[in-house]
Amino acid sequence: MAEIEIRALRKAFDGAEVLKGVDLTIHDGEFISLVGPSGCGKSTLLRVIAGLEPQSSGEVRIDGASADGVRPSARNLAMVFQSYALYPHLSVFDNIAVPLRMKRLSALERAPFVGRLMPGRRRAERVIRDDVERVAAQLEISPLLKRKPGQLSGGQRQRVAVGRAIVRQPRAFLFDEPLSNLDAKLRVHMRAEIAQLHRQLKTTFIYVTHDQAEAMTMSGRIAVMIGGELIQAGAPAAVYEDPCDIRVAEFVGTPKINAFPGRIRSDGRLETLGHVLHMATPAPEGECRICVRPERIELASQGLLSGTVVHLENLGSEAFVHIGSAGTDAPVVARVNDPSQVPAIGATVGYGFAPEAVRAFDVDGKRIATSIPSRVERPREMAVV
Amino acid sequence: MTPRARMLLCSAIRHIVLHAGALVMLTPFIWMVSTASKPQTEIFSSDLHLIPYHFALWDNLRIAFAKADLWRYLLNGLIVTTSIFGLQVLVALPAAYALSKLRFLGRDVLFALVVFCILIPPQATAIPVFLLLHKLGVLDSYAALVLPFTISVFGIFLMRQFFKTVPDDLIDAARMDGISEFGIVWRVMLPTAIPAVTAFGIFSVVAHWNDYFWPLIVLNSEHLQTPPLAVAHFRNNEAGANYGPLMAAAMVIIAPLVIAFLFAQRRFIEGITLTGIK
Ligand SMILES: Nc1ncnc2c1ncn2[C@@H]1O[C@H](COP(=O)(O)OP(=O)(O)OP(=O)(O)O)[C@@H](O)[C@H]1O
Ligand SMILES: [Mg+2]
Repeated sequence: MAEIEIRALRKAFDGAEVLKGVDLTIHDGEFISLVGPSGCGKSTLLRVIAGLEPQSSGEVRIDGASADGVRPSARNLAMVFQSYALYPHLSVFDNIAVPLRMKRLSALERAPFVGRLMPGRRRAERVIRDDVERVAAQLEISPLLKRKPGQLSGGQRQRVAVGRAIVRQPRAFLFDEPLSNLDAKLRVHMRAEIAQLHRQLKTTFIYVTHDQAEAMTMSGRIAVMIGGELIQAGAPAAVYEDPCDIRVAEFVGTPKINAFPGRIRSDGRLETLGHVLHMATPAPEGECRICVRPERIELASQGLLSGTVVHLENLGSEAFVHIGSAGTDAPVVARVNDPSQVPAIGATVGYGFAPEAVRAFDVDGKRIATSIPSRVERPREMAVV
Repeated sequence: MTPRARMLLCSAIRHIVLHAGALVMLTPFIWMVSTASKPQTEIFSSDLHLIPYHFALWDNLRIAFAKADLWRYLLNGLIVTTSIFGLQVLVALPAAYALSKLRFLGRDVLFALVVFCILIPPQATAIPVFLLLHKLGVLDSYAALVLPFTISVFGIFLMRQFFKTVPDDLIDAARMDGISEFGIVWRVMLPTAIPAVTAFGIFSVVAHWNDYFWPLIVLNSEHLQTPPLAVAHFRNNEAGANYGPLMAAAMVIIAPLVIAFLFAQRRFIEGITLTGIK
């Protein structure tokens, strides 16, 4: 149970700035995901929170108290690593018991031979045994307690790593891409399990991933980091629908959002590829990007915009049509809900989108406020012009 | 030639070369065993024969044990090599951990110095070390045999290279669990590094068990002498070199090494397969 505040956090490695002033408040009991492309500093942020890495400037506060100079173990946070980081020479039981032994036994009681003779040791060991067995039962790894990590499958190691984290009842959990070494099916399964674990424990979860599907499905809030900056934090749906920056729009959602080159005209209307959109903006005249998600692109026979089908991805339940058209750098991707309706490769298709589907960004990538002026007579919803 | 025949030929050549190499390495040992099994008269006979006509190994061993207190020398060897190895591990592991996993100013310079020290032959520093021990007043004692070797730069280097391969996450996990930095060295790094420690142990024990130079310099007392000095006893006898018992004594003093190596070799392979890092 902890509220974690991160204030103006900066971190540089040998002069290279990896975190460039991160501000974030993580509420008590929240499940927040940190997402972002590889190398954007997610792990570094997590390690600073954990106390494994000192920050260059800024502050981490846990439950209102500054965590500066507090040792990792004294912060009472638990971390699950991508590589699981189990002690290879210890059995599963001992792996899970390590944090408890370190916390509850004195140095003398932990000593190899003398420890056994200490009076309090046996009672403490009995309590530890009960705790480990309870956690093992909860994670369904009781039959594995005697094995070494080398004799476990990836999914089982993952559970042991989670077990080692939950056994000490930490104030918050830090996960660093815990599922990225698992195969796709197991990943979906473990995703559900971790979400379930959060509902059970009601503790703060900070979950780092570069898989945005994971973040969208599990967390109450996602925080998108790009290039060492935290660009946007909010509910998954809000970030998806209302990205405040073109990098967020492009990172969240697969396939990637379509970007068309556009212009803001002097009268405040937006235009793209020679068509004037039925949209207005208070932003000053100049270049801009017009972005539309694949599921909002509609194929139509009498094309408003048109292009040739260059590639098809049929996923069975849905299909993605890649349309190459003049004026856009990358092919435009459109989702077709009924795969039997997809056009053939090489066919010329028309497509369009509703003004509501448009997210516009200025040349710096910042979101531009847009509005749809009410029209007297509204023709068709999807009309572009 | 068919490919199959060619493969057989290649394999045959390979084996012949390897066998020749093995023979060159083994010949002195075979000769030692042979000589140790011959009576005095056969050793000096002009015809070369490997198999003795009269098997005299037991007699030679008896003479060897009667002439010198071999058990005492073996015990000295054991005390010296185990103390050296124990102290070397005690120094090398924390040093290697710091050099491989901790970030501090001047780490790379220190490591470069360690590598540089490997290049210095021990004979080059023998006289200063001897004078130092003299000033400390510990010449002619176990301490004189052990102390100069407690810091093994080779051991630090070897362990550091091995520790480099231990994932950082494992150390971070240990820190999260509340294990102190020294605790990490002994409870996390040492168990994962057993194969490397074993390999280092073989090098260290063999080198110091067989060391002739240093014990010869610092020792006077007979009761402290190490096994290689013991063999020398048989050579300096007034009656001239007595090769049968000498070779028998040599056999006795290498036997522990051979046995220890066979034992460690199994542990070595076991160690590699057991530590399932990853
Ligand atoms: N110990 C270090 N020394 C120097 N540079 C580092 C160190 N750790 C991380 N970096 C650099 O910091 C940047 C961010 O690394 P970080 O591990 O936080 O990325 P990430 O967002 O977790 O990426 P990924 O999704 O691939 O795990 C990278 O450019 C990396 O090279
Ligand atoms: Mg990372």
